[in-house]
Amino acid sequence: MLVEVNGKGVYETIDIVNAGDEDLIKISRLRQLALNLDEMRKIKNYFQKLGRNPTDVELETIAQTWSEHCAHKTFKSTIIYEENGKREEVVLFKFIKDVTKELNYPWLFSVFEDNAGIVDFKDDYAIAFKVETHNHPSAIEPFGGAATGVGGVIRDILGVWGEPIACTNVLCFGNLDYSYTKLPKGIKHPKFIFTYVVAGIGSYGNNFGIPNVNGAIIFDEGYVGNPLVYCGCIGIVKKSRYARKIKAGDCILIVGGRTGRDGLHGVTFASTELSEDAEEVFYTAVQIGDPIEEEKIKRAVLAIRDKGLASGITDLGGGGLSSAICEQAHNYGLGAVVHLDRVHLKFENMKPWEIWISESQERMLIAVPKENLKEVCEILESEDVEFSNIGEFTGDKKIRIFFNGIKVAELDVDFLFDIPKRNLKAVYKPNRNLKEPKIKPKDDYSEDILNLIAMPNIASREPVVRTYDHEVKAMTIIKPYMVSPSDAAVLKPLYDSWQGIVVSNGINEYGKIDTYHMAASAIDEAIRNNIAVGGRRIALLDNFCWGSPENEENLAKLVRAAKACYEVAKAYGVPFISGKDSLYNESVLGSVNPTLLISALGIIPDVRKAVTSDFKESGSMIYILGTTRDELGGSQYYKMLGYLGKNVPKVYPDSAKRTFEKLTEAIDMGIVSACHDISDGGLAIALAEMCFSGIGAEISLERVPTDENLEDYKILFSESNSRFIVEVKEKYREEFEEVMKGSVFSLIGRTKKEKIVEIKGRNSRTVLEIKELKENWEKGLERYYEKNVE
Amino acid sequence: MICILRAPGTNCDIETKFCVETFGIEAKIVHVNRFIEGKEKLNDYLGLIIPGGFSYGDRIRSGAILAKILTEKLKKDIKDFIKDEKPILGICNGFQVLVEAGMLPFSRKLAVSLALAENDSAKFEDRWVYLKNVNRGKCIYTKGIDVAFIPVAHKEGKIILPIGEEEKFLKKLIEEDQIVFRYAKNDGKPADGEYPYNPNGSFYDIAGICNEDGTIFGLMPHPERAFLGIHYPDWRLKSREWGDGYVIFKNMIDYIKKKGF
Repeated sequence: MLVEVNGKGVYETIDIVNAGDEDLIKISRLRQLALNLDEMRKIKNYFQKLGRNPTDVELETIAQTWSEHCAHKTFKSTIIYEENGKREEVVLFKFIKDVTKELNYPWLFSVFEDNAGIVDFKDDYAIAFKVETHNHPSAIEPFGGAATGVGGVIRDILGVWGEPIACTNVLCFGNLDYSYTKLPKGIKHPKFIFTYVVAGIGSYGNNFGIPNVNGAIIFDEGYVGNPLVYCGCIGIVKKSRYARKIKAGDCILIVGGRTGRDGLHGVTFASTELSEDAEEVFYTAVQIGDPIEEEKIKRAVLAIRDKGLASGITDLGGGGLSSAICEQAHNYGLGAVVHLDRVHLKFENMKPWEIWISESQERMLIAVPKENLKEVCEILESEDVEFSNIGEFTGDKKIRIFFNGIKVAELDVDFLFDIPKRNLKAVYKPNRNLKEPKIKPKDDYSEDILNLIAMPNIASREPVVRTYDHEVKAMTIIKPYMVSPSDAAVLKPLYDSWQGIVVSNGINEYGKIDTYHMAASAIDEAIRNNIAVGGRRIALLDNFCWGSPENEENLAKLVRAAKACYEVAKAYGVPFISGKDSLYNESVLGSVNPTLLISALGIIPDVRKAVTSDFKESGSMIYILGTTRDELGGSQYYKMLGYLGKNVPKVYPDSAKRTFEKLTEAIDMGIVSACHDISDGGLAIALAEMCFSGIGAEISLERVPTDENLEDYKILFSESNSRFIVEVKEKYREEFEEVMKGSVFSLIGRTKKEKIVEIKGRNSRTVLEIKELKENWEKGLERYYEKNVE
Repeated sequence: MICILRAPGTNCDIETKFCVETFGIEAKIVHVNRFIEGKEKLNDYLGLIIPGGFSYGDRIRSGAILAKILTEKLKKDIKDFIKDEKPILGICNGFQVLVEAGMLPFSRKLAVSLALAENDSAKFEDRWVYLKNVNRGKCIYTKGIDVAFIPVAHKEGKIILPIGEEEKFLKKLIEEDQIVFRYAKNDGKPADGEYPYNPNGSFYDIAGICNEDGTIFGLMPHPERAFLGIHYPDWRLKSREWGDGYVIFKNMIDYIKKKGF
């Protein structure tokens, strides 16, 4: 292994041309490149043809560009997939993209191409939405990891010339009372991770001044080794100011925070499994956030946008300057000349490769035609934003990098983006050990309901949500907690229009049973949450968090989930507009639970027609929409009793679609007083939450539509998809039933003055006080703050 | 025209501008640097609003850096503005700035006499609170309000008075009619320190105060977030055309119109 230092110590060259296979693997590992042998061989071939060895800068550039994080190799590769002895060739990304392509809606402005998905909103305005994950950094340094997750996704929105207006976050942690003695070395306790992730998200969002409007938190043993932190951001784009026209000769400006050694190898880190010593090996991989810096950048970026001064923009995220510049060059069929010594730095004596791949936060790359440079600089200066003019785009499709006049890299863009495909194989083996538990029916479920409503996955998230500013900008019309918890957030982004944005999500734990139905259910939940408040014209985002795809079983589960995305979204006529996959969520405790977050973005013509979930008055009709089935597999009720079960909720798109469409019609007619989707904890929990306004309810389980005879507890706690509870005033009864005709619905009871919930079953009768339900729900999560675990 | 002053980290400026402009008076969001550079003159404006946010990241203390800029670099302009009895409204971080600048509660000397400390809960909290208007008529902003329902969103909003002299200081504020809003229960009775009615542990449940002239008003709650009826968390239960924040801005604009600066 030859390491030759140039006279000035600017860069190293790595002897790869003469390296054997073993050496190639060693180079990849020692330099944290996260490249496999085939990929290393491809690099070797390229440099053999050039007749020289690569510099460290070149090798790092290739590693960044080809990393799983940036290149999504697994999602783009052809997979030989086997199920029931049947073989087929599939491409994961195709499942997702094809839905959108086949639906081909005119309101899709930009999908899968840019930093965020963009859909039309009103006139010149469009909405951008992006969701990212920041799992690995949050496992090591939860505050910084989560905070920079928020900062990063906000920059994705700035990177499409969007004005960031709201954030979302969905978090998965291990159980808060997880035994300290069971905790393996190198893994931080879920309570610590939870506390600091929440603090990090709050700190960044609050300081930046963006409302955190929607989210979810799941606690499960499967997240102890690999917590998941999903950060989303929504922005407003002006279509006429969406500058995407970089040409040769345009200046490359790096704008914002100084570049330091923080965040080196973030992407290659994210593309490997978390080992026991991850904290030491990758300590530089976690970045440090500064929301005020980003707030200044936002002002400058929007001013540059509004004056139409730039030709392109992208955020500096994973892979730093390397990814940003190379990707822009690739997208526009250009090359670039970059002078790394001109970058404004945190420390002196940074090596060129460190400057080139640093993931220091709060930086944007802006391409500016020379004639506009002066004006752009003035705007940046007026906002106290630091920047450097580090080079320009060229017409020759070569990336040339200089440091104090010395060339430290020269790579062909075409080679760089000829990303090696991986040959993958996946064999699906259904879990045959699953079975349904035998549960003795009861004649009173009040104890079960009181315990269930306090379960960590059902209890109120208000103690968390209150630490996030969810009202700054004064656009949040349906907030996370109104009188009852909300199914979705509604935003009113324009001052002169009542049209609103509806944001919701779907995520569940059914992946433990079957990833197909997990994905299908997540899509259904995201959509029905959106519909429940009055959303429509929905677009979806997919975020997969998975264990290593090199494991054939993991990969097969991924194929099934992606298949469901295609089939269910297609059946619903709902396109995907953006997505991201975070694979390699592995720790000493094994793979993370296969988890898919579906985020949904809808619109509502008039926010004043949005519906909340609290019962409004006594004497109203209570309806259930949709069919209840024997589907308690993976449910919160089974979980509470210590079972997993087998009968996972499935999606029946035809009947669900009818329910959705008719419900929307009823909402638009203004005859729906309250609406709540049925999800975690089933009918019992949804009904209880609707009563938090102090209006009681009396329902009969025998009136609930089912597809077979079900025990009372199954009707109460089943998590069957596509169901809602709806409150309708008596005077609108006929109108409502007329509208709903042709869909499955049933009048199951009435609201009442007495502050109690009364549920009559075939063999049970349950009466609960609203006050007690609410107290248990409110304290469910809080008790873990105080409880001393071992 | 009304000036909405911003600094790096200010983040409630746009919605505040919307509130002002609802009354048909123009508002301009101006970076504090423009005043320092002399490109803008404070005197050209009829009123000043320092909106919420985290000016300069709330480094050192909340609002401290922007306060120092106002009282050092823009001292004369600010003094003239106060002397002319032009209205100055500080919301949340803006209130912190006014206190750090010594513009509240006693604006004559620009000497700091209060502090906004970390909430007793040690957390940032966004929640809706009831405010009892206890002002007897000095404060120009709250005329017509009895009990208001407006959200707070802050981590440092606990008013503390000079230690050891709290009662004396409080008495003076009451006598001078400078206490405006007190955190209250939903029936308007004082929160008496009870969380979450008093969300931060503020002394005497104080949520907002004014200066000797009643023209400078600082409060922790965000009136711009309780401006429209649909800003309210219970708007589907209880319909309102305008929120309580509307009245505060309206009073400010009415005062400007009446004075005819």
